[in-house]
Amino acid sequence: MKFSRKTLGIPYIIFLLIFVVAPLLVLFYYAFTNGQGQFTFRNLTGFFTDPNTVGTLFYSLAIALVTTAVCLLIAYPVAYVLATSGLKSKGVIIMIFVLPMWINFSLRITALKEILTLIEGNLAFYPFLNSVIGMTYDFLPFMILPIYNTIVKLDGSLTEAARDLGADEKRAFLHVTLPLSLPGIISGVSMVFLPAMTNYVVLDMLYNSTYIMGSLIGSYFSAYNWHGGSMIALILLAIICVFTLVTNGMEEEDARAGGALL
Amino acid sequence: MTKKLIRGLIPVIALIFLYAPILILAVYSFTDATQIGAIRGFTLKNYVTLFTTEELRNMILGTILLALASALLATLFGTLGAIGAFYSRKRVSSAVSTVNQIPVINADVVTGFSLCILLVVVLGISKDTYLPLLFGHVTLSAPFVYLSVMPKLKQMDSSLYEAALDLGATPASALFRVVIPQIFSGMVSGFSLAVTLSLDDYFIATYTKPATFDTISTYVVNATKGSQTAIKTALWALSTLIFVIVILIVLGLNLRARRADRSDLRKEAGR
Repeated sequence: MKFSRKTLGIPYIIFLLIFVVAPLLVLFYYAFTNGQGQFTFRNLTGFFTDPNTVGTLFYSLAIALVTTAVCLLIAYPVAYVLATSGLKSKGVIIMIFVLPMWINFSLRITALKEILTLIEGNLAFYPFLNSVIGMTYDFLPFMILPIYNTIVKLDGSLTEAARDLGADEKRAFLHVTLPLSLPGIISGVSMVFLPAMTNYVVLDMLYNSTYIMGSLIGSYFSAYNWHGGSMIALILLAIICVFTLVTNGMEEEDARAGGALL
Repeated sequence: MTKKLIRGLIPVIALIFLYAPILILAVYSFTDATQIGAIRGFTLKNYVTLFTTEELRNMILGTILLALASALLATLFGTLGAIGAFYSRKRVSSAVSTVNQIPVINADVVTGFSLCILLVVVLGISKDTYLPLLFGHVTLSAPFVYLSVMPKLKQMDSSLYEAALDLGATPASALFRVVIPQIFSGMVSGFSLAVTLSLDDYFIATYTKPATFDTISTYVVNATKGSQTAIKTALWALSTLIFVIVILIVLGLNLRARRADRSDLRKEAGR
């Protein structure tokens, strides 16, 4: 075979087909069949008619929403203050904020668990609160970094212009800085919301025994119930797809609006 | 004045939230306390346990070995994929880029579970071969290598490759001597990203690992459920050690970047 640069891509294409495409096809097959290999909708209807699983869906949405909101409320001021400060070595300072990202998350949650146990005495009293604190602790750097990157690249003359045209500081922030930092907020939200729906280990480690969507997959896995687990995985995949399409759409719209502004 | 104070206070509070647990644990890792809060004497017992307990040593070595092996494979596949896609027709390259996004966006639980079903349940590959685990981690990280190499290819001056061919280089040697050096920094950042992804992964490992093997993540998660205090406090030592290593690496990278900046400036001044 003649050597060409195109053929170099063949191993990776095969790799993607085997390890990315095929598993998803198998997931579809298992989600819509039963133990005898017969086609069925039972797994799908079962999920939406069982109050337990529907409850789990809402519980994980609640945890994800609250965690994302808390992360945003902490991360935005931090990113804003850092990005607009006159400090010279901003890069090093932002490094300090994202450095915990490189420490294994299970070890960090262990540390947090010890502290929370000391403060609360028994972790079982506040399961929802603890889960939100744990997830915020775990995901906060992922929210700070994209918002910081967006604000730091903002053209400072735009806020100045707003001020010159008579807007007070609050107005200039609400009408100029905040809308322009929306892309950073969107990418931060998408990096926090989905893991918060699925990362059930944080709940496990902090003794919250309520299930979220990820825990359902874990429990079906332990019970060797591949069909039930596949359906949950598929439902999660659908949520992820919708979420990604919405955030991408918002980003594009935002880019267009930004273009109109300039 | 108060406004300035509040401005300064916000990042400090966030820093305390992020660092207090790790630092307090670090202090207690040097004591014989089995719980935070009790004041006890100084000891290095936890560090001795960490390095002398075979179970812990194997777990740490295994995790590092898995991270390096999977990152190497991921760099190989991801780089080849990026080069191939970059020089392919538009349809092919956008198809590869789209499929490449799937593991990036997907939840790790779903990736791990679907890989487990395909490799273990359908194809019957035993988890004890380590193949599902290894390729699970490659699947997790190769797309990120692809994403870090692609921009380097786009920035590359394409006429250099043509020039090398005109000067008589074979396509293979032109690739190794002209293309690879220009995308090398992308390969390195992809490789280091792959290492950190593998080190931090819990979900793919749980669904694909052999029952007798543990990575740091799966081990720690199981250990927190158990009641072996010697192991529990030895993990505090591990956490402290990783913290120190991460700080050293970040400091080293910063110093190097600063030195590179300075030599760039000098070059500019020399011109």
